[in-house]
Amino acid sequence: MKQTKQKTSGAAVAIMDAEAIRGALRRVAHEIIERNPQLTHVVLAGIPSRGVEIAQRIARFIHEIEKIDVETGVIDVAMHRDDVGTRSELPIVRESKLPLPLEERTIIVVDDVLYTGRTVRAAMDAINSFGRPAGIQLAVLIDRGHRELPIRPDYVGKNLPTAGGEKVQVRLEQTDGEPDEVRLEKS
Amino acid sequence: MTTHWTRKDLLGLRELSADEINFILDTADAFKQVGTREIKKVPSLRGKTLVNFFVEPSTRTRTSFELAALRLSADVINISATTSSLTKGETLKDTARNLEALHADILVLRHGSAGAPQFLANQLKASVINAGDGAHEHPTQALLDLYTIREKRRQIAGLHVAIVGDILFSRVARSNIFGLVKLGARVTLVGPSTLVPREFEKLGVEVSHKVDEVLPKADVVNLLRIQHERQRREYFPGIGEYIRFFGLTKERAKLLKADCLIMHPGPINRGVEIDSEVADGLHSVILNQVTNGLAVRMAVLYLCGGISA
Repeated sequence: MKQTKQKTSGAAVAIMDAEAIRGALRRVAHEIIERNPQLTHVVLAGIPSRGVEIAQRIARFIHEIEKIDVETGVIDVAMHRDDVGTRSELPIVRESKLPLPLEERTIIVVDDVLYTGRTVRAAMDAINSFGRPAGIQLAVLIDRGHRELPIRPDYVGKNLPTAGGEKVQVRLEQTDGEPDEVRLEKS
Repeated sequence: MTTHWTRKDLLGLRELSADEINFILDTADAFKQVGTREIKKVPSLRGKTLVNFFVEPSTRTRTSFELAALRLSADVINISATTSSLTKGETLKDTARNLEALHADILVLRHGSAGAPQFLANQLKASVINAGDGAHEHPTQALLDLYTIREKRRQIAGLHVAIVGDILFSRVARSNIFGLVKLGARVTLVGPSTLVPREFEKLGVEVSHKVDEVLPKADVVNLLRIQHERQRREYFPGIGEYIRFFGLTKERAKLLKADCLIMHPGPINRGVEIDSEVADGLHSVILNQVTNGLAVRMAVLYLCGGISA
């Protein structure tokens, strides 16, 4: 997921513009509504920082469509990652916020890019430390493949086949101060 | 603004920037929240070994570090040694070799000699956390004090903090001074002239020998324990006289601002530096300090123990 942070060096190809991102998230909102008849039990929990923003946007689409306010939350996975001790610098850990109790609730984990699946595994561990939700689902803006764990998304904004060396960059106005865009940087 | 943590050791607040101090406090926010979860344990330091090496006796600091390490899923070994059997230099070097042989990843050290943690940090690949070295620094105590002030008053810059008591022998005072000054607080040290010499003004603080003049202006009063074990007759005026001139009695507490915070690193000498009524009163955040100490130590262990050396 953090590949998105690197600076542009090679040629970057625009994959989605603001309108395409909007359409994709709106479709994801529709799919969530379809699969979860009890929307009041759903929590959209974003992984910082872009996942949190995407969760907010999906919640707004659901409100537009169904006039229901779904709950949102934040899952910081930093303290649940499996690569602590292998990095030479650590990013800030943020507070996780989920509505409690989790029992009866369905948590939809929201992130910008799904890659190896390790971040999602850490997110599931983090959720379990808060309690035992009725179910966990996964929504991502981009699925770029190359999974290293048996994890698959329930809702995908766009499937983007990539090579290992390529970088997917997501930019959102609220988190990056740049216009909404998804770019693929060739290695 | 620091956005990443890169240090393997925490030796003191003197060498940290204001950004780094805030980074630790922000990280502690996230770890404080872990204490409210159904499962109060995270896997961050799973498989790591922490050695609590306390050459000077301590119960609360050691226990706080131990619980912090357990909540991060680290394995913990406690080693204590009598002060008499260890001296700086050759023996500490031996200690270092032994700890390397145990494959310890994090060493929490309390030692009677200033600079002992620095010495070991230079020798070891392991992270070294200073849990108090002589009269030098006690960084995690100061961090939990800063955290508690920030939690109660939202920000530290602009606040007037009085530190009262035996400043000369206090590592808690030193670390607090470095941290508070860096974060923009106004600091006044108060105590008898033998224990609060004017030289401290060089650190960017004010010095006063009259507690009654300082208390009405203070937003925070941090009372230090009178360290009977460190006092020498020529420095200390005697308990009765200390209480008369500096003790935070309930009469004196009437001078305090309504929202003033009373802090104390513990253990409290009730009736000496503070009256029971005040220690248990509305101004007191002494037990919040204990709770916050756990979150701050989790943050420090996570940050220093979590990066690759």
